[in-house]
Amino acid sequence: MKLTLKIWRQKDANDKGGIKTYQLDNVSEHMSFLEMMDVLNEQLIAQGEEPVAFDHDCREGICGSCSMHINGQPHGPDRAVTTCQLHMRSFNDGDTIYIEPWRAKGFPVIKDLVVDRSAFDRIQHAGGFVSVGTSGNTQDANAIPIPKADADKAFDAATCIGCGACVAACKNASAMLFVSAKVSQFALLPQGKVEAKRRVLNMVEQMDKEGFGNCTNTGACSVECPKEISLENIARMNREYLKASVTGE
Amino acid sequence: MSVLDAKIPEGPIKDKWTNHKNKINLVNPANKRLIDVIVVGTGLAGGSASASLAEMGYNVKAFCFQDSPRRAHSIAAQGGINAAKNYQNDGDSVYRLFYDTVKGGDYRSREANVYRLAEVSANIIDQCVAQGVPFAREYGGLLDNRSFGGVLVSRTFYAKGQTGQQLLLGAYSAMNRQIGKGKIKMYNRHEMLELVKVDGKARGIIARNLVTGEIERHSAHAVVIASGGYGNVFFLSTNAMGSNVTAAWRVHKKGAFFANPCYTQIHPTCIPRSGDYQSKLTLMSESLRNDGRIWVPKNMEDVEAIRKGTKKPTDLSEDERDYYLERRYPAFGNLVPRDVASRAAKERCDAGFGVNETGEAVYLDFDAAIMRYGREKATVEGEPNASDERVRELGEGVIEAKYGNLFQMYQKITDDNPYKTPMMIYPAVHYTMGGVWVDYNLMTTIPGCYAAGEANFSDHGANRLGASALMQGLADGYFVLPYTIGDYLADDIRTGAIPTDSPEFVEAENAVKERLEGFINNKGSKSVDHFHRRLGKVMWDKVGMSRNEQGLKEAIAEIQQIREEFYKDVFVPGGMYELNPELEKAARVADFLELGELFAHDALHRTESCGGHFREESAEEDGPQKGEAKRDDKNFAYVAAWEWTGDPSNAKLHKEELTFNDIELKQRSYK
Repeated sequence: MKLTLKIWRQKDANDKGGIKTYQLDNVSEHMSFLEMMDVLNEQLIAQGEEPVAFDHDCREGICGSCSMHINGQPHGPDRAVTTCQLHMRSFNDGDTIYIEPWRAKGFPVIKDLVVDRSAFDRIQHAGGFVSVGTSGNTQDANAIPIPKADADKAFDAATCIGCGACVAACKNASAMLFVSAKVSQFALLPQGKVEAKRRVLNMVEQMDKEGFGNCTNTGACSVECPKEISLENIARMNREYLKASVTGE
Repeated sequence: MSVLDAKIPEGPIKDKWTNHKNKINLVNPANKRLIDVIVVGTGLAGGSASASLAEMGYNVKAFCFQDSPRRAHSIAAQGGINAAKNYQNDGDSVYRLFYDTVKGGDYRSREANVYRLAEVSANIIDQCVAQGVPFAREYGGLLDNRSFGGVLVSRTFYAKGQTGQQLLLGAYSAMNRQIGKGKIKMYNRHEMLELVKVDGKARGIIARNLVTGEIERHSAHAVVIASGGYGNVFFLSTNAMGSNVTAAWRVHKKGAFFANPCYTQIHPTCIPRSGDYQSKLTLMSESLRNDGRIWVPKNMEDVEAIRKGTKKPTDLSEDERDYYLERRYPAFGNLVPRDVASRAAKERCDAGFGVNETGEAVYLDFDAAIMRYGREKATVEGEPNASDERVRELGEGVIEAKYGNLFQMYQKITDDNPYKTPMMIYPAVHYTMGGVWVDYNLMTTIPGCYAAGEANFSDHGANRLGASALMQGLADGYFVLPYTIGDYLADDIRTGAIPTDSPEFVEAENAVKERLEGFINNKGSKSVDHFHRRLGKVMWDKVGMSRNEQGLKEAIAEIQQIREEFYKDVFVPGGMYELNPELEKAARVADFLELGELFAHDALHRTESCGGHFREESAEEDGPQKGEAKRDDKNFAYVAAWEWTGDPSNAKLHKEELTFNDIELKQRSYK
């Protein structure tokens, strides 16, 4: 198939940036979206031009690196996929495709489609852990049985890959889905209960500091989330936050 | 040729690690604050080592080329992690895990290291559960287990098909706790490009800030390489696009021996390639072999009909199918180790029975499992007379609960529904057992330079069992390295901070700049990927699943040729002091082009077959094991550790003789 690509090009953080248009022929429907980008970059290199910079690594939907806003949707038109798992069979011959980076105050553009997501790391530094040493001298793993339903819910929350699509999808650039996934994972498990109050307060405080907006329950984040992280997690985080704020340590 | 000393502690195997820990030097807590450690890589090994070392009190500087430590490729491990917990009461023990691992590795691993690995395995699970890692559980609330290839017990802990993700996020959370406290200084988007040695000791690294392009000097009292494996030398592999050998290769060129580079694991269950644009291959967890049956058609007419599209796999009756693993290996069936399963698939496809257009695919079929689980479920649900259709529906539900995300991933990539039609799979490069040579303390042949996880060579011999990579990464990082590194650092408590303005740092920095400027200024005509693809094709065709003398010699000559052309004709657009992914790739491929040659050279020298290394000249000629790999313990029961001398084919061989006191050497039989 033949495509017209409208891609955001921005030399560095200080550059204003803008959309450039490229024509690409011979795209196979079996290619992944990033393989299509590889072909474009090979073409640009052959013409002596600079290839389009984009983040990517595992190319199997789990590392969370890839982050393209495609035709106005984070990770493109398909549900429950990352950009690397999107295949060209989701597009038609002759299509024009707009490709942009995540847009959010908390995610400044570094170059082209590459953004700085270190704010997510800093939120995790603020409390995304259980304070247990790594000596291995803890109790036996089966000492505390955990109801399967709780363990499964904690797992579902823990499958967040930290890609940032939730923020990119949100009109408020809110990071609530991301933060609530970690808060929920630990709130649901006995291991996380001890520090639950401190964790939610600290993580939310850091989230606000990073310039992410607030949640207005639109739900776009969950729809666009490649791991289908549920909105219930935001509700759980709000409960945890309220509880912690009201009752204190 | 010298004989290498692995510094294995004296005494019976079960007491070695305990005795060693009791005897080695310790650094007191106040002094740990005076010591810096660099950790390169933040996967399971690097992440857990960084967290543990920081928690003990050392100042850790951790480096990763990704934008966050959470993205290291350990994240993609699917199936599970082994541990000798014996929760299933099926006779598992530390000894049995040790035995299975040595046998699975085809008797080419170091006994003492493997025993230690088995010994600490149970603690890993305790540790991870305490961190809040959500492993799969049974309805009673206790941890669930599954079985993996090459063993007869259920000792694998898992979190659906995302075990690596959950374990890595556990290690990442432990790191975050230390980053928050300032004990780990994290350098994201940084790539190590050189090791700095001062007075013969590893004292720092030269790293490139991948955003600004700045070349930075970082000093420390010890350097830990935990940068993973080198499977991307094949261009196509299940590794992440960025996975590379550079950190390991740079320490090799500075004096660390590189061991057994030819030991590569070709994983039997990957999604077949679909075209020339293919950028990577995707693994389907080995856990699928618990329930999937592997087959190709018995008759060539059916193969042809399927390729033409006139027949579907589901049209073939049971007796028109060749379940070749069940046929050849009745005892282990579809759960034979990875190397055996891979070669068996190649054998059928080479004989013309491959089921897709490229002729490189076999079926992995869940129909029998769906019906079996469906019937069990129907009985439990009180529907003993359920129709086949209902049974299938229930069975699909059970399979979805077990492997849902894998099935979904398969469907996303291939557009086929694996609940309704068998998956197509083919072997792909997945893991490298070879790596930087380390002694029992995980120290390389450079004092103060350590290697952990897939980057080292020690635990998996010539073939790694499923669910053992996660175990080794975390064992090295949480429980082994933090102890053994103290023995070395105890001598450094009065050294003080290592200055970065010494001639050694200046020289190393200049060498890196010169190398990178060379790529930028080359102005050739072909992209980095052009050369990488060519290298990969030579590696796959001649140094892949099956190897022979002639092919290996050709491969060496061809790799030399590609390397020469690469330096003459590579084109790297952009500049040095900016984000430049092509420049990053160029530096990595340059190192792959040297490693590839050493890899082939190692494969050529090892004229026996063992584990993942299959030499066509060394197969059983007759008897019940006809065609199976033939080991040569008399001549090859050693680790081949290569010393850099200036070019890969003239690397100097050092041998570490492998002695087996606790396990009898036998031919591996899975029949």
